[in-house]
This record gives sequence, C-alpha cells and structure tokens, in this order.
Amino acid sequence: MITPARLRQLGVCLTLGVVAALVTGPSGDSAHPFRALRQSVIDPRIGVFLGLAVGLWVVLVAATELRPVLGRVTVTARARRPVRATFERRYGNVGLNVVLLAIAIVAPMLVSTAAQQSMVNDIGIYALLALGLNVVVGYAGLLDLGYIAFFAIGAYVAAYFSSSSAMPWHAPFILNPFFVLPIALVLAALAGVILGAPTLRLRGDYLAIVTLGFGEIIQLIANNSDEITNGPRGVFGVPHLSVDLPGIHYQWGIDPLPYYYLLLGIVVLVMIAFGRLERSRIGRAWAAIREDEIAAEATGVPTLRMKLLAFAIGASVSGFAGVLLATKQFFNPQSFSLQSSFLVVAVVIFGGMGSRLGAVTGAVVLQGLAFYLRDKVPPTDRYIYFGAVIIAMMIFRPQGLVPSRRRRREIELAGAGAGASDSLGAAPLGRTVT
Amino acid sequence: MGFADQFWQLTVDGLMVGSLYAVIALGYTLVYGVLQLINFAHSEVFMLGAFGGLFAARGLLPGGSTPSGMISVGLLAAGLAVGAASGAAAAFTLERVAYRPLRRRSAPRLAYLISAIGASLFAVNLAGKEFGRQNVPVPALFTNGTVFHLFGAQVSTQTVVVFGAAVVMLVLLDRLVATTRLGQGIRAVAQDADTAVLMGVNVERVIILTFVIGGLLAGAGGFLYAMTFNASYNMGFVPGVKAFTAAVLGGIGNVRGAMLGGILLGLVESYGGYVFQASYKDVIAFLVLVGILMVRPSGLLGARLGRAA
Amino acid sequence: MTAVAATGPAGTPGSPPSDLVLEARDLMLRFGGVTSLDGVSLQQRRGEILAVIGPNGAGKTSLFNCFTGAYRPQQGSVTFWRTSRRPAEIVGRSPHAITHLGIARTFQNIRLFPALSALENVQIGTEVRQRYGPFGAILGLPGARRQERAGVSRAFELLDLVGLSHRAHDLASSLPHGEQRRLEIARALGTDPRLLLLDEPAAGTNPAEKRSLEALIRRIAGGGVSILLIEHDMRLVMSIATSVVVLNFGRVIAHGTPAEVQHDPAVVEAYLGVETGGGVEAGGPRTAHGSGVRTADGGVRSADTSGGTDREVR
Repeated sequence: MITPARLRQLGVCLTLGVVAALVTGPSGDSAHPFRALRQSVIDPRIGVFLGLAVGLWVVLVAATELRPVLGRVTVTARARRPVRATFERRYGNVGLNVVLLAIAIVAPMLVSTAAQQSMVNDIGIYALLALGLNVVVGYAGLLDLGYIAFFAIGAYVAAYFSSSSAMPWHAPFILNPFFVLPIALVLAALAGVILGAPTLRLRGDYLAIVTLGFGEIIQLIANNSDEITNGPRGVFGVPHLSVDLPGIHYQWGIDPLPYYYLLLGIVVLVMIAFGRLERSRIGRAWAAIREDEIAAEATGVPTLRMKLLAFAIGASVSGFAGVLLATKQFFNPQSFSLQSSFLVVAVVIFGGMGSRLGAVTGAVVLQGLAFYLRDKVPPTDRYIYFGAVIIAMMIFRPQGLVPSRRRRREIELAGAGAGASDSLGAAPLGRTVT
Repeated sequence: MGFADQFWQLTVDGLMVGSLYAVIALGYTLVYGVLQLINFAHSEVFMLGAFGGLFAARGLLPGGSTPSGMISVGLLAAGLAVGAASGAAAAFTLERVAYRPLRRRSAPRLAYLISAIGASLFAVNLAGKEFGRQNVPVPALFTNGTVFHLFGAQVSTQTVVVFGAAVVMLVLLDRLVATTRLGQGIRAVAQDADTAVLMGVNVERVIILTFVIGGLLAGAGGFLYAMTFNASYNMGFVPGVKAFTAAVLGGIGNVRGAMLGGILLGLVESYGGYVFQASYKDVIAFLVLVGILMVRPSGLLGARLGRAA
Repeated sequence: MTAVAATGPAGTPGSPPSDLVLEARDLMLRFGGVTSLDGVSLQQRRGEILAVIGPNGAGKTSLFNCFTGAYRPQQGSVTFWRTSRRPAEIVGRSPHAITHLGIARTFQNIRLFPALSALENVQIGTEVRQRYGPFGAILGLPGARRQERAGVSRAFELLDLVGLSHRAHDLASSLPHGEQRRLEIARALGTDPRLLLLDEPAAGTNPAEKRSLEALIRRIAGGGVSILLIEHDMRLVMSIATSVVVLNFGRVIAHGTPAEVQHDPAVVEAYLGVETGGGVEAGGPRTAHGSGVRTADGGVRSADTSGGTDREVR
C-alpha cells in the first residue's frame, strides 16, 4: 500500500542516498568549489545509491507490515522492572573482563607496526581521554567541549618540565617525565577548577559554549605564542619515558609496543579507579545530580562542588594523557583542535555515556575503523562519519554501544516521563509534543 | 594614528559586522525562545547559506567579468534569495534529523546538544570535502569603493549594502514576530508550550517554522558575510559563537535583545581589536560572553521572547 | 562556649539555651508584583509537630522554600537551632548547606531519583555527612569502606522504619505512590535532620496509607525530630499536630493548638467564606476529601478534640 507517509519515507530514503553519494563522492577544491558537488550528482554511481535507497525503503515498509506478526516488548515495561542486580553483579563480569584483557594483551602482537602505532596514538590515548570525559559527561551529566584543552595543558607542561630544548620556554630544572605526570595531573585539575568554578553555576548549555571557547582560546594562545611554545611549528624532542631506579633501567623508545602496554596498564587502572568512584558516595551524588538536581541539593548534595569535582577529575585525566602524548611524539597546536574535542565526545557517546567499558570500546571501534579505512578515507573526512555516528546514536541508541545500566534506565525512564537524566534540566517542551 | 582618529572608521566597521551578528543571533534567540535550547548547529546553517548564495552568484556571473549597475543588484538579490533558501533548507533538515526524533522520545536536554554537535561536525566536514578546505573566493559584486565619508570614515558600497540588507531583515523579522499570526504562535509557545497546545497552537508547525525563519536569516546573512570576508567550510564557527554571544548579551530569547546585542558586540569587537592585538580579536567575544554570564546571565534586555516584541 | 557576647535577638553561641527549633521573623517574599509572603513570623518549639495550613495559594510552599533555601526572602530572617545552644541563620544559605545544618524536606510532587534503587535513594541521604573523598573511594581506604558500610546499614534501618526494606533493590520509580512518599521521608531522614519539613505527605494516598503515615510521623517525632508539615487533610492535621499555624494571603491569621485554631473565626472565614454554619462543603477540594475520608473509616483512634473539631469545620 502506498500511503502519503510511505511516500515521505521514500523521500527520506532517497535524500539519504544522495547524501551518501556526496559523502563518498569525489572531493572538491576551493578554486572550483562546486565541481565536486556537480560530479557526485552527475556520476552514474549515484544510480547505485538511489537503488540502495529504494531497497532500504522496501525493507522498511516490509518491516512495518510484519511488525504486528513479530510483536515486541514495550520499553516502559522493561524500565520499570525491579533492579536487584546492582550488588550481585559487581563482581559478576570477571570472566568477561579477563577475556577482554587477554585479547587486549595479545592483539598488538598480531598486527603490523603501523597498526600498533595507531593502537597507541589513536586508540590508547583516546580511550584514556574518553574515560576522563566520561566522568564529566557520563557521571555528572555536563557537556565539556573544551576537554582537549586540558590535554594540551598536559602536553605543554611535559615539554616545559622535562626538556630544555623542546620549547623556548622551559623549567630551570629538568625532570624525568614520570615525575611530570603528577604535576600535569594537578595543574590540569587546577585549570579545570579555575574554568569550572565560575562557569558551573551556569545552565548546562551555556557551560558547553564557554568550555568550547576555552578550548579555542588555549589553542589560539599555543599557536600565537611563538616565543613560549614554538607556535605552529610545534614541540619536538620531549624525552621518552624512562625508569631509572637501582636495579631497573628501562627506556621507552620508538617501538610502539612498550607504550601500548604502559597505556593498557594505565587504562585498566583508571577503569578500576573510576568504577570504585562510581559505586562510592561520590558516584551516587553524581547520579542524583543528573536525575534531579533540585532534589539532590535538598538532600544535602553540594551540587556545585560535586560538578567541580567531576570537572577536575576529567581534566586531570586529560592532562595525564597529554604528558603521555608529549613523551611519545611530536605535537603542535593542531593536535588540540576543536575537532579532537568533538572526537572524544563522539567516542563517549558511541560507547555509551557513563560506561567505562563503553568509553574504551568506543575508542577501539571508532578509531579502529578510522585506521582500517585510512587509505580509502582522508583523515579530515573521517569527521563526517563521526558526526553522522553521533546523530545516529542519539536517534537510535542514545544509551550507546555498551550502555551503563544506570544510564540506560535513566534514558528509558526519561522516555516514560520521569526524571531529567542530565543536569541540564528537563526535556525541552516536556511531553506535550508527541 | 591614534584611536581617536580611527574612531569613526571603527564604528562603521563595527556596525556592519554587528548587524550581521544580529541577523545570525536571531536564529539562536528564536529557537531558544520556543525550545529553550541552544541550536549548536546554527553556525552551519549560516555556512551552508553562504555557499548557496555563492553558488547562485557564481553561476549567474559570466566567468571573469566584473558586474556593475543593475547586474550587481540582480546578483545580490539572487545571492540573498538562494542563500536564504539554502539556509532555510539546511535548518529544516537539521530540525527534522537532529531534533525532531529526540523530541518525540522526550530525550533529555544533553541529547539535543550532542545531536546538534554531531550535525555540526557532519555539515562542516562534508562542506570541507565538497568545497575544499581553503578559502573560496567570492566574486566582487560592487566595484566602486567609497561612496561617502562619515566624519572622516570611508563607507564603501559593500558596507552600505550589507548594513542596509541586514537592517531590512531585522525590521521584517521584528514585525513578523510582533504582528503576524505566526509571530503570535511563536510567542505563545515561547511563553508556555503546554498552554499554547491547549489554545490550539500547532506547536510542531511553530517549531519547524521557527527553524526555517532562523535559517532564512542566517542563510542571507551568510551570503552577506561571505561578500565581505570570503567563504570557507569552517566560516560558520567564529561568527556563530559571536552571534550566540550577541544573543546572550541582549538576553537570549529576546528578539530586540539579539539585535541590540549584535550591534553592541560588533562595536566592542571593532574597538577592542584596534586597542588589543588583532590576533586575539576573536577572544574578545568569549570574554564578553563569560563576563555577561557571570554578571547578568539574563542579558541586557532580559525578557523572554514571549514578553518581548 | 567562650565568652562571646550575644549580638542579636537570635543569639549567638553563648546565648542562653533556647527551647525553639525554628523561628521565622517577618518574612517578605515577592515575585515581581505578587506578594507571596507578607510578614510571616512563626516559632516552633523543639519536639513539636507544627502544621501549616491554609487555602491554596496562601503561601505555604513558599514558606517551605524559604526555610530550605530554595527561595530567598527579600526581608526577614529564619533562625534554626540544631542544638539548643547553636542558633544559625538560614536565609542566604544554599539548600544543601541548610540540609547539613539539620533541616530536611520532602516535596509536594514527589522528587525521588527515579533510576536509582530505593536503597540508593536513601544512601544519598545518609552519605551527605560522610567525609571521605575521591581518593578514599578510589584507593578503597579502610575509613572510606567503613563509612560506606555505615551508610548502607543506616539506609537499611531507615527503610525498615518506613516499612520498605523488602523494596530496597527496586527502582524508586517502580514503587507505588504511597511507598514513594515514604521513601522520600526515609531519604530526608537519612541526612540526620533535627527538623523535618513534610510538604503534603498525605496527598494522593489512600486511607490505609494515611493511617500508616500518621503512625510513621508520630514515630519520627518520638525519635527527637521536630516536624513541620503542610497538609490539606484536616483529619490528619488535627490528630497529629501539636500546634497549627494558619496562613492566608501570605499572612499568619491564626496560631495555636488544633482546637484553638479550629474555633478561630478568622480561620473559619478563610476556609469557608463568610457563610459559616452547617453543611458547607466548599472548604477547598482537599478539605472536603479529607472529611469524606473520616466518615469512610469511621471510628479511627483519634483524639476527642479532633473528632469534635472536625465536625466544626464541616
């Protein structure tokens, strides 16, 4: 049966087809800005996409026709089911975790050096960043779009303290990068507090814009301060990590594998640490703030201080990751672009807000795909896909790939009209618009 | 030359840029009025509008020639019209794809922000792929430079055209919100969506039209902006943030506040950019934003869309 | 305490012990042109169950919001004594700081944390006075673990007190209305208050639930927690309140024991309009409902005064 609604659906599918043709089509250049557009539409290839679009439509129509036959469970029924599992499942997934860890240990030995590099730079570092941002977005329900700025602070702090040649500006004494780690951690947390203290009083969406601005300003300063940071030329020659204790001498070098295992260890430790945090009074206070800030405040939760704590913890992880980046390789202000901030957001959303395993999985899947497609998709174009992934997740699976139980319940309950499930306030227009 | 000598020139420049900020800021303010939501992807609507207008202007202009007289005016009109249409189409699609599905699920506020960021990321980088990642030259529509002097400041045709077009748009929008049935609907939803529904306002329709109006303005504004500052795939970000600042400065959700905020911000930035280092000019808007949010988060005019206009 | 001179009428540490737990003086609260509280003063003695009643829009919830820091009155002061020698000014403090001082509240339209379990809801209350920080939690320090265990066992005690221990691991939002009300009380008690503010605890509960609520409130008061409650159910108010304050148009129009208040002509007028006399059913929807309940469950054990006065209101 062809109804107007179905025709509209067909229109949507065809639009999707055209967009897909554009996304995968030829790239343009600024001298002839509209050539690529014209080519992707004229190219016979578009027929394939339109065909696929029609196919998708047919499948959708068939699915709706068959739905009454298949039947399905309503969401609210699932959401209101009692949860007796919180305690028992605390140690329930040990088996799964051991398997995942084993895979993580063995995997890099089976792949090429290029892939190993990517596992360190793209997956490992971003998994760490995502774990940190997850505290801010997933636990406290705050959107921090300037997250990468703390990463930059960590990296530049590492350059300042551990090398006399990497930047024009350096400390009067040189420290082993391992000693810089705690310094960067504290300084980044401090930066987080300085940024957060005045801004966290604001409504959540203002916070997003102000942090966005902060990220831009940090990048701008790094770029414009030639005589301090080397400006756009970047920082080169921060010494690698090394352990120099009586009996133990080890230097991390060009080989990505030792860095990989170091990062893996850190990621696992951070996951354990944040798991404990989540299950502590602090984690519960964050959940309370997310679900009903006014009730949380009335129950005695110091909401502002708790948000600030989340902000500082997130920032410190980011700063920590910055030191690791600096000791590993060359970096310049471009490494801390706004896009990188968005990428971390994408990783957290894709993996599942509030889920530690989700943050790591998000990094593995998104960055792994990016690596796999490195020859087919230029690096800058990846962000098209990351953007699409974010929207798609928000529409179809807001709880993410590996959802946290608490978050999933909140989302389901919000759909059923209870709670706010972030600290930004109630859903726009409430439930009047259906 | 001191600041005093440059004062009028800076004022003229500030007014021109500020009027554009005001045009874009209206998009933020209108959407905020009806949804209490910051439309993060509005800057991309602006960018796509600029490219739409550019497409028309380039397509109609025979290669390499410089237009004059009526042809200039015709090209300007075509650019504005196609730019506005592209902006509206972009805003419509944005609402349908990134917002509407979430509204149906009554998703939490954070979800809208994230989804808008996804849309923004998608649009910017798709534009970067299609149009290249350098500045795209915009054909000069007006050849003769200075038309008149104002207290020693040079005022070019370009400036007059941009400022004039922006002011016309601002006045039209103000009338639209104040006098038409649609404007009434927008104000009703802004004041109290629940009651508006009971009073028979079609809230879905008001929302989509609000996005479209914001898109029309941003699209036309994008073309005007591109005439002066060139076009590029990431041209939306900076004016977007500034226009948002303007909206907050005037009192977000307040139509006349957005206009006032835009003009003020343009002037402040123009003077500030002269006094401080030019490369930090963009920081000024952020500082204004943070300052306003600290001191008076309700903005200069404060009142919400429902009560304003 | 040291020899610090008393500096104000409210007193400072060093002033003679007070038998009050809460004193509001001359509270003024305006929203734009609307005056919500117009010079409200009231006193509550320690251990008292004080009921604030009044028609809809009389300013009862606004008063609560001033006591809990949600609103800041333009004028006036509120003094709270956690112990008889420790007065503290409430106005100007943030809600969480007031909760830390020892005032806890429930909400008229229940505000639980819907996606957390009943136990976790109460735990959030019991944990606000705990001191361990992120490092304690991450490193699993013995102090942190001990406090966490203490918080859980206190939460279980409170769930037991409100009769919800069998629901500890159910989602707060999955509980029926009456149990959600009791859970909210348990959460508030978790913060170890000296004064508990209940905003229409009986709204939307059935007669059986009302009886158990009444018993619960008595038990809480018996445990040394003063109770300030807003309630529309006159029968409940008359049976449990030790004194009553009547608000109308943001002013206190009567103050006294339930019996005194019931006979106060100003109160009768405020509730029933000028036509005092028999058979008036127009005393606001909730009053009527409450009275209906009384006839429904007939001879509930209640003080003689309450039975008599109840008839008066009718």
